[in-house]
Amino acid sequence: MTVSRDNSLAVYKGIKDAGIQYVSALPETWLVYLLQLAEDDPDMTLVEVAKEEEAIGIAAGAYFAGRPNALLLQNHGFLASINGIVSLALLYRVPLVMLIALRGHWGEPYPWHTQGGIHTEPVLRGLGLPFEYARDPAKVGRQIKEALTFANSSLSPVALLLTRELMED
Amino acid sequence: MKRADCIKALYPELEDRLVVTIMGACAQELYDLGHRENFFYLEHAMGLASSIGLGLAMNLPDENVVVMDGDGSVLMNLGGLATLARYRPPNLTHLIFDNGSLLSTGGFVSHTTSGVTDLAAIARGAGCPNVTLVASVYDFMAAAAEAFENKVMSTIVAKVEAVGPDHYGMDMKLPENAFRFQRYIEERRRSRP
Repeated sequence: MTVSRDNSLAVYKGIKDAGIQYVSALPETWLVYLLQLAEDDPDMTLVEVAKEEEAIGIAAGAYFAGRPNALLLQNHGFLASINGIVSLALLYRVPLVMLIALRGHWGEPYPWHTQGGIHTEPVLRGLGLPFEYARDPAKVGRQIKEALTFANSSLSPVALLLTRELMED
Repeated sequence: MKRADCIKALYPELEDRLVVTIMGACAQELYDLGHRENFFYLEHAMGLASSIGLGLAMNLPDENVVVMDGDGSVLMNLGGLATLARYRPPNLTHLIFDNGSLLSTGGFVSHTTSGVTDLAAIARGAGCPNVTLVASVYDFMAAAAEAFENKVMSTIVAKVEAVGPDHYGMDMKLPENAFRFQRYIEERRRSRP
């Protein structure tokens, strides 16, 4: 299985069409093409962090600055960011658009990803964070746009889970 | 040197800068001098004040951003120093008040007590340019003046006493602070030609 170049392009097009101009991210395999596209795009600013929780703060700063932005992270990075999500985003009503690579779920061959995969949805539910699964490249653009709209209207972090079906060929 | 004296000396210079503080004593001491709409107090999420500052500074190149950080918070986000060093927005000044103590959460000594951990050395090692270590209000103000003049991201580590205010509380809800801070930025942007 390899990361889908075409579907990564569909996700990136969705990010662009939503008006997102600033992306904070921690590199991960499924996000490789997405990050390359962001890096090569003169109209996009990409900030690569050392640990994902930083990206919650950076996204909050970008939001205060009025810049439409998104976070690109692996689900394990989402799990590592919980205090930032709770005690910055939820506490201060800061919207976040989190595009999360859902590793360790259906079809996962690598044992080390599996616990993170199994616990991502229950943690999202536990935090009361709205989320959707992105499976179809034809729909992911609309899902990203709607994620941004809903994050801004609800003043809440929202998550779009990028599944294996979407991210791998 | 007391952090409150540093903040008091700096206060007049903060009138048109975006200021992000960490929780507890640091936030309270700034607030007690008089809240301004350009102040944001991060009363939790320790470590992320500098990350908020980075997001602000990168997206608002015409504004000047000041982060008031502390040793306990910086120690929770050491990787953030490397991210700051990598992107180093010239309009960002990172003040780290090092009191060697987790003062606002019980006063336990932090790793920086007695010089065990050197935050200025860590910031330099992370690649942050223009890192200064100060121990007097005069030197703090001189370093701050230089940082505000310089077109380089600056980090000032200020060794301060582990003392804070005798009271905590603000006449402002936390989300209200975020809403007003954002509105201030938006209005500044709109009023700019």
